[in-house]
Amino acid sequence: MSQATVTRDRSPVPPVPPYEAGRGFLPASVLKYIVQRREATVITVTVLAVVYFAIRTTNIFEVANISVTTQYMGPILVIGVGEVLMLVLAEIDLSAGQVYLTAPWFVYWLWHNMGLPVGLAIVASLVLCAAIGLTNGLITVLLGVPSLVVTLGMQFLLYGVVLVVSSYTQEQLPTLGSTYATILGGGAWADLCWGVAIAAAIWFLLKHTRFGLHVTATGGNTLAAAEAGIPVARVKVWCFMIVSVVSGWIGILDLIRQISMDPGSYGLNIVLAPIVAAVIGGTALTGGRATVLGTFIGALFLSIVDDGLNLTGVSANWFYLLEGIIILVLMIINVQLGRFALRFRR
Amino acid sequence: MAPPGPTPPPDPPPPAGKAGEDVILRTEGITKRFGAVVALRGVDMHLERGEVLGLVGDNGAGKSTFVKILCGFQTPDSGKIFVEGNEVEFHSVKDARAVGIETVYQDLALVPQLTVYENLFLNRELTSVGRVGVLSRRRMRNLARQYLDNIKVNMPDLNAEVETLSGGQRQAVAVARATRLNAKILLLDEPLAAMGAKESALIMELVKDLSAQGVSMIVIDHNYAHLFALCDRLNVIQQGSVTVDTRVQDTSIEELTELMVSAFRRQLQAGQSALGEITV
Repeated sequence: MSQATVTRDRSPVPPVPPYEAGRGFLPASVLKYIVQRREATVITVTVLAVVYFAIRTTNIFEVANISVTTQYMGPILVIGVGEVLMLVLAEIDLSAGQVYLTAPWFVYWLWHNMGLPVGLAIVASLVLCAAIGLTNGLITVLLGVPSLVVTLGMQFLLYGVVLVVSSYTQEQLPTLGSTYATILGGGAWADLCWGVAIAAAIWFLLKHTRFGLHVTATGGNTLAAAEAGIPVARVKVWCFMIVSVVSGWIGILDLIRQISMDPGSYGLNIVLAPIVAAVIGGTALTGGRATVLGTFIGALFLSIVDDGLNLTGVSANWFYLLEGIIILVLMIINVQLGRFALRFRR
Repeated sequence: MAPPGPTPPPDPPPPAGKAGEDVILRTEGITKRFGAVVALRGVDMHLERGEVLGLVGDNGAGKSTFVKILCGFQTPDSGKIFVEGNEVEFHSVKDARAVGIETVYQDLALVPQLTVYENLFLNRELTSVGRVGVLSRRRMRNLARQYLDNIKVNMPDLNAEVETLSGGQRQAVAVARATRLNAKILLLDEPLAAMGAKESALIMELVKDLSAQGVSMIVIDHNYAHLFALCDRLNVIQQGSVTVDTRVQDTSIEELTELMVSAFRRQLQAGQSALGEITV
């Protein structure tokens, strides 16, 4: 494929179009667009999944069902877009799921044992989440421990704190005033609204602000970013804090809806689905490339598959097997398409 | 066994053409050692305004160390650096930038996943809405286009990710970024490495244009053909000091090659005899 080279303006050179295509059946522009969109695969399979379950089940489009699906989707979406910030830096936060569980537990403890008003307890809990992210970040950038290990340690540590202090008893949560409760996660659509709002905020941060550009640069080529004078360590620590705070926030919202909490819940089970959502959405594990839209669709896809398999009455034994196959096949397609896209652009 | 041959002392530097008329950068007795290894043993060099100076030398002769000291990446053990007659001290790359010394590293220091204009403005982004720092992409694109036109680089697509560019285009982006903010002195570390003949020609033209615009340059390259095409003057660095200072028209590729080959033979001989002493 021919390629525009650096030409000097000795004589006016007509600008060479950067892509030259036109072979194959599809119009080149369409083919180019599909191949280059990192979200293409996940959009396709999500549409296929909706069509499949629409045929196999009767009630997938019922409002009640959709509302349940979005409640399942909320945490995946929010923690998922948080993990996008990690993945674009070529880092990962495995403690986000445990933060999601621990933050509401902090709220309960501060309210019940320390006598704080609920509103203040929520704020204090979010500050604690930020401190957890700060700790993760500082250990990673200052002491050079890989974030995978740091956050795995943090996940067990937080789990342990909750178990020790709660003595493993289920707790009833404080009931809030009805308006508050509706806005803060009690309403049927609250999770989805918060999820979309947080995802949009992180999308804007990543794509349209100086900070976001520095995040991408740090993840894409840390040395180059540092040579340009970007404070790469500080950028990373901020991202660790953002993940923790949004994970904690959506956790608090979910617990306001669910009213009771189980200290035995295990965060590592929760954090994996969001990471899968980000990765099947087209965010690279190697850093520098992120798509918040892809993560949104990835979270939607996982929720639809989960809901659809439930509705079609697939036995729980088959459930994980099917989900595993779906994820593997999707990722193989994604990676192969990515290679093809790079060749296509050169 | 070869007898241990005495190493002849390096040739004293011949007087340079017309030093001191409009010298923008000058060093005096720069030394640097890393533990037991002496990298630089007193480098005296000068660079005139608008001049392109080539640094020649074997691997390990001290070229890279010298350039790293000039761009503020490393500090010398002793010696002085003068920029436009004033003595300066660099403690970081920032200090060197502040007096107008910019560097194009061999790895180019570009972020492959960012676009051409994002790389040009990396960490010097134009923003609006106060401290929030919302990127003004249109303004950056326009300025980038303007600047690339100024230095006569034709980049068809400013939105292209650097990853998709050819080696020559990447080099042009790196040079453009270094010279964008009124660099007076440009240090180029192997600007033509891994580049085809056609792309090399384009970068050479870019360098010559910048030189004509008054940017002074120091170029490191292993390829004599490149250096003879690019430079006004050459300095040969051998074992940590400048041994030859000559205008390009006063020497030839053959002469330089002969100089380097004979120096290499002497070292090889010395090395072999040293080995012989060890084994015997």
